[in-house]
Amino acid sequence: MSPDQLPEIIAVKWKLWTMIVALGAATFGLRFSFLGVIGARPLPPMVLRLLRYTPMAVIPGLVAPAVLWPAATGGEPDPVRLAAAVMTVMAGVITRNTLASIGAGVAVLFGLPLLLG
Amino acid sequence: MSSPLSAAFLRGCAASLPFVLVIGPFGTLFGVVATSAGMTVFETMAFSVVVIAGAAQFAAVQLMQDGAPLAVVIFTAAAVNLRMAMYSASLAPHLGPAKLWQRALISYLLVDQSYVAAITEFTRHPGRPVAEKVAYFFGTVSLVVPLWYLSTWGGAAFGKAIPSDLALDFAVPIAFLAMIAPVLRTPAHYAAALVSVGGTLALWWMPYSSGLLVASAAAMAVGALVETLMEKRA
Repeated sequence: MSPDQLPEIIAVKWKLWTMIVALGAATFGLRFSFLGVIGARPLPPMVLRLLRYTPMAVIPGLVAPAVLWPAATGGEPDPVRLAAAVMTVMAGVITRNTLASIGAGVAVLFGLPLLLG
Repeated sequence: MSSPLSAAFLRGCAASLPFVLVIGPFGTLFGVVATSAGMTVFETMAFSVVVIAGAAQFAAVQLMQDGAPLAVVIFTAAAVNLRMAMYSASLAPHLGPAKLWQRALISYLLVDQSYVAAITEFTRHPGRPVAEKVAYFFGTVSLVVPLWYLSTWGGAAFGKAIPSDLALDFAVPIAFLAMIAPVLRTPAHYAAALVSVGGTLALWWMPYSSGLLVASAAAMAVGALVETLMEKRA
């Protein structure tokens, strides 16, 4: 990959290091919040409940545009990537196993083009 | 180390063994994805050592590739880690009495796997001495965290050699879907995931990938709301 194709934040070093340090600091702050500072005071159940849904609230939305409009195909929906995504989710829901889920998705992603020629 | 402490440490190690199988491939994949996005091996390693949070790291790489600005990358990736505050809160009654340096180190090492292993143990044996709980916690990270560093390095070193025409861009979406799908269990999970997807797609016109943050906030609220409603009905 030539440097002019690099994502801007990766190409501009101060931005990359700001991102790494800031994300590290924010993550440490979240981890240290109660253990370090606030102590064993109980949180309202509703707050705990909201926090528990963060991965489920952020990650599907993060993935959706990359599945539907992949940058690699110029934003055109790609049947192979769509099939791989569907297979990953189905395998994950059925097996409850992350590695099996990855395996199924990767098999479709690389296998389907071979089958289709 | 006296023997009850080393026993607790070893039990922590044993409890983390199933996670070892998952961490290796994920760290490797992160190393490959980050270097093929253009990060150097050193930058990739620094990222994994400073942050140690796979999902947030993958999210940051995806957003950088989407061309999101610095602040959006930091905020969204940090939002992925909001659950860490919940982990911190639920461990505080057990580990709160430990020394400050121990709590700081525990916080740095607080990852999904160590949390799940530790809270399961502490809930089962709430009366154990704090020193044993601390030893147990350090046991749960003693394999998983070094493996996270090592596998990131392996992937980063190896990733440079992978031909760029492979559909590697799609490794990140697959890794994310594979993290989420196995834990899609309750109607509240499905509702949160649907709002997250629908909201982000509907708000894709918003500048700088900021629609994702709005959709995520709505999805959190919907997930919590559906859980509350289901509880009332039960």
